[in-house]
Formats: sequence, C-alpha cells, structure tokens
Amino acid sequence: MDYSQFLAMKQEIGLLVVFLLVFLFDTFMPKKAQGSLSGITCLLFALFTAAGFCPCQLADADAFAGMYVTSPVMVTIKNILNVGVLIVLIQSCRWANSDIQIMRRGEFYELLLVTLFGMYLMISARHFLLFVIGLEAASLPLAAMVAFDKNRYESHEAAVKYILTAVFSSAVFLMGLSFVYGLTGSLYFAKIYEALSVSPESPMLIVALAFVIAGVGFKLSLVPFHLWTADVYQGAPTSVTSYLSVISKGAAAFAFLVILVQVFGTVYSQVWEWMLYAIIILTITIGNLFAIRQRNMKRFLAFSSISQAGYIMLGVIAYNYVGMASMMYYILVYVFSNLAAFGVISAIENKTGLVGMDDYKGLYKTNPRLSVAMMLAMFSLAGIPPFAGFFSKFFIFTGAIQQGSIAIYVLVLIALINTIVSLYYYLLVVKAMFISEDECKVAPFRSSCSERLGLWISVAGIVFLGIVSCVYNYLLELSASSDIFAGL
Amino acid sequence: MDITLMYYLIPSLIMFCCGVYGFITRKNMIAILISLELMLNAVDINFVVFNRFLFPGQLEGMFFTLFAIAIAAAETALAIAIIINIFRVAKNIDVRDLTKMKF
Repeated sequence: MDYSQFLAMKQEIGLLVVFLLVFLFDTFMPKKAQGSLSGITCLLFALFTAAGFCPCQLADADAFAGMYVTSPVMVTIKNILNVGVLIVLIQSCRWANSDIQIMRRGEFYELLLVTLFGMYLMISARHFLLFVIGLEAASLPLAAMVAFDKNRYESHEAAVKYILTAVFSSAVFLMGLSFVYGLTGSLYFAKIYEALSVSPESPMLIVALAFVIAGVGFKLSLVPFHLWTADVYQGAPTSVTSYLSVISKGAAAFAFLVILVQVFGTVYSQVWEWMLYAIIILTITIGNLFAIRQRNMKRFLAFSSISQAGYIMLGVIAYNYVGMASMMYYILVYVFSNLAAFGVISAIENKTGLVGMDDYKGLYKTNPRLSVAMMLAMFSLAGIPPFAGFFSKFFIFTGAIQQGSIAIYVLVLIALINTIVSLYYYLLVVKAMFISEDECKVAPFRSSCSERLGLWISVAGIVFLGIVSCVYNYLLELSASSDIFAGL
Repeated sequence: MDITLMYYLIPSLIMFCCGVYGFITRKNMIAILISLELMLNAVDINFVVFNRFLFPGQLEGMFFTLFAIAIAAAETALAIAIIINIFRVAKNIDVRDLTKMKF
C-alpha cells in the first residue's frame, strides 16, 4: 500500500492532530494547567484554520482508489466551516467554563472536533461507504453533545428526539442506497453515474432517490423531515444549537449537492428536480409560517434556519456552477449571521437564563451593544441591504434563474414572496428590542471577553462580506474551474 | 426449488416495513430502538443479497454491510445511553411523556 496518499488528506490530518492534542491535554495535564483548556483549544483551532488558507492546500488530489478526493472547492468549503467552528468555540468558552460544565468541557471539544472530521469526510467522499461513515461520525457524537446539559431535562428529551430521528433517517438513507447498489453494481459516485447514464429511468431508481433525499433531508431539516429541529434546537445547550444549525447544515448542504450532481446528475430533469422543487417550496413556506408564532428565541431561530435551508437548496436545484458558488457564499454569510444571533442569545442566557422573546423587550435601553448586534444579525438573515444577507440571497436567486426554465422562475418568485414574510418575524425581534416601552427583564451587564470577541467577528462578517465583493468573485472562479459539473 | 433474488428481497422489505411501523406505533423507547434495528438489518440483507446474486464477482456490498453493522451497533449504544439518562430523570421511558417541548 502506498502510504503517501494520506498526504492528500492534509486538512483531515491537521484536524486529527488538533483533536489528539486537545484530548491528550485534557487527559494527562495536571489539574492546575486544565484551566487553560478552552484557550488552548481555540488557539490550536485558530492555527489550524489559518493553515487551511495556505495556498499549498489548493491542489487536486485523490486517495484510496478514488474514494476520497480533494480540490480547491472542497478546501474552501472546509475553510468556511472552520471559520464557523472557530466562532462557535470562542463563543462557547464562557459556557464551557461555567461551574456545571467545567468537569466535562474536554469532552465537548473532543466530540465537536470529531463531528467536524465526519463532515470533512462527507464533503470529500466519492464512494458511498466513506460518505456513510462521515455522515454517522457527524451525526452520532452530536446526539451526545445535545444531551450535554445533564442537569436540564429538556436536554435529554432533545437528545432522544435527535438520536431516534437520526437513526431512522440513516436507515431510510441506507435502504435507498441498497437499491442504488442493486441497480448499478457499484458504490463509487463515478461508476453509479456511468451506469445511470446508460439506463436512466427505472421505477426503482425513483424510490431509491426519494429515500436518499429523505435521508439527507433529515440532516438538513428540510420540510417534511423537519419535525425534530425545533425541539432539538430548544433543548440543546445554546453552543451546541449554534453548531448544529450552522456547521452541520452547511456541510450537509454541500454534500447533498455533490451527491445529487455527481451521482444522480443524469436523471436531473426526469427525477429529482421536481422532488427538490416541492421540498424547497414546502421548506421555505412552512419554516416561515411556523417561525411567526414562536415565542422562544431558540425555537424561533430553529424555524428560521429551516426556511434558510430552503434558500440554500435553491443553489442545488440551480444545477450549475453559479448555483454552487452562491450556495457556498450563502453558507458563509449564514454562518456569520446565525452565529451573531446565537452569540447574543447565549450571552443573555449565560447571564440571566432568559430565552423568551418577551424577555428581549426594551433590551436596547439596558444592553445597547448586544441589541445592535442582534439587529444586524436579523437584518442579515432577512436580507436587508447593505448587509451580507441581502447579497447572499441576491446571488442565490441569480444562480437559480440561470437554470433557465419557467418553473424555476416561479420557484424564485415564491422564495421572494417568502422573504417578505420572513421580514415580519425577523423585525418582531428588532421591534421588541428597540421600540417596546416595557421594562426590560435583563439588567445591564458586561458580557465576557470571549463572547464579545465572537460577536465582533460575526458582526464584522455581516457588515463586510457583502461589500467586499472579491469573496464572491473568488468563490465563483473556484466553482467555474471545479470538476463537479464537468461530467455534464 | 430454485431460490432466487426475490426470496430474500421480499422478507427484507417486510422487515423494513415492520421496522417503520414499529417506529411509528410503539410507545416504549427500547421497542422503538428494536424497530430501528430491524430497519437497519433489512438494509444489510439487501446489500448482501444484491452482491451475492447480481454482482458475484465483487465484495463491495459485503464490505458495506460490515460497516453498516458496526455503525448500527454504535447507534444503539448511544441511544441506550441517552434512554438510560432519561430513565434516571423521569423514571419512565414512554415516548408519550416526552412532551415538555412542543409547539
């Protein structure tokens, strides 16, 4: 065996090194030195993130007989995830160092890094075996992370709901996969693609594809597979919720695009375009409608993230490299805006334990900086110019329209109308914070250094990502030169 | 009698459907877990049978099954750990009681 092929997996190996260092530090260092665990984890991960931007990473390579590939696009999407994870790590410092969690915060960091490793495999896999291993490595430790608040009953309830639906969805996914295997005789993406282009249409393929979409749709919380989302987001510790809503969703969305294009690309218009079409309309609309009636901020953001997942899927149904570029850009912007919102929520929750929307009434009078950060996050999520969210929505609509069919125009129109609906509920939060005359339940407080740092990074992302146009241009160039759509 | 592909596929499909039915109707969390295990095992049978009958020259399906079994074991272990946690708090593992959070 040629061991030099492991060198293709530079980022995975880097992540494993970070994981091992954190693990060894957590296990073997004396009690006195343990206090710096959070700081060291953040520092190591920041170094790893910075190393990911090194130009030497941008090379095409494959390993294990083509089961694993890496290319500049993959490296970039992993970098986007890394930036998000870094912000999550910084924001969770305070929570991890609280008296209740300090005993087991090492496990939190280790589980988080392992799930990230699984997501890397999902993104880079070109064989379904590796993909399934990545999918499970990404979703199983998350259940343990959801159950992390041992003293809160909601955390356990959320974990049960998460693990049962996750296992159910992976069983459905594997069933679909077994049909695909039976039809084509291979689990390599490229070989399935070839076999399907010879004999495109069969009823079994439609069933198989429906199962596969359902399985990944659970991970992405697309409607009608979204029922676990709100409960899990509400019950999980806020740091885990932010990780779950941003990183896990971004990785799954990109992996979904790769599967649909590279494996089932030949049956786009016959089979999955219409499945995805219906799912997108349902996801955006139902996510929006349910978000309106939520009074708990975490549940509210859960439904908002469902509808955002629908917008992300527009980049998949676009089925061209512009769609892919705008999807990556959307994920990047979504990382910053959602993490800003969760940063504010976790800062207030850590201090006072309040997460209701009514508790935010009059927040501007007591904590003006936090409310401005929250306002920017809401504006960005709703897509108000000049914040990044506007540009990400604009680009993803552009990408979808490039596909050219009338149906997609109608889809984009529906998405646009939904954007207006979403304005209503995002602005409800802003209204509660700024306009409401009520006495605020949250006393003025100073958030911890780590929380402020995390919020500053997120807010900087929201404000500057839209204006600094080279980011999108870079993503567009990368996608245009990538080979993901080459076989078409 | 000639044993063909269908003699395996139909039982595995029935197993899968039983699993789905059990997942939806059972109230005890352990029973739900057993139903999930049925679904995962149906998948394993499918892979092995497709490999054995349709593509006898290769081993891809067999290997996939090995990994799927390992993953299923990991999932069950984790789920049981979480259910034990719930039992410690609520003294009960009925899913109908998991109603603290709902819309």
